[in-house]
Amino acid sequence: MLTISRALLDQIIAHARADHPDEACGVIAGPAGSDLPERFIAMTNAERSPTFYRFDSLEQLAVWREMDDRDEEPVVIYHSHTATEAYPSRTDISYASEPAAHYLLVSTREPDETEVRSYRIVDGAVTEEEVLITDGGEE
Amino acid sequence: MAIEVRIPTILRSFTGGAKSVEGSGATIEELIADLDSRHSGLRDRLVDEQGLRRFVNVYLNDEDVRFLGGLTAPVSDGDTVTVLPAVAGGAR
Repeated sequence: MLTISRALLDQIIAHARADHPDEACGVIAGPAGSDLPERFIAMTNAERSPTFYRFDSLEQLAVWREMDDRDEEPVVIYHSHTATEAYPSRTDISYASEPAAHYLLVSTREPDETEVRSYRIVDGAVTEEEVLITDGGEE
Repeated sequence: MAIEVRIPTILRSFTGGAKSVEGSGATIEELIADLDSRHSGLRDRLVDEQGLRRFVNVYLNDEDVRFLGGLTAPVSDGDTVTVLPAVAGGAR
């Protein structure tokens, strides 16, 4: 199960809506081992594409180093699908490389309704999980 | 000659769990071959027939080695090489 605050979820949805029809992507960092997403980090989609995303490589290095320095890890890795449902595609599954992360997918295909679903992706196997939204802020 | 190589979680099964290992070589290609001699199988996860695998990022200090010539990028003592799997995917 993924537990995430309403405030963080709103930031993810706002990012996905702002970049629509291109896919948006980013990370929510949290203390290593805590499984608690706390720090919202919007990433640049280097592909700027409606059907593909890839973190900008230098930005990723900077963010991963910063997380390392702060003893954090990527608790949530999110991206949007802008014309399809919020379910991992074959591409998503083949490139998933953080077995401890929650892969959060947001679908912006409907203008007034945003579908949000979360998955674990380990060794090519996808498991959907429940998303528990808390009222707390991000701190 | 020692070059520090930082290994991402997903590849630590090749390094006995170590977050960083040391290697030597004059280029990224030689460094990876040197690492593979002690951490068998690692090379295969980083390189294919075309060169560096498309969804693996290899950095020399603060730069993506793709901007430095890829596998032929020169390395020297004291450099830090960081390996990160690209974070990528998409609807198609």
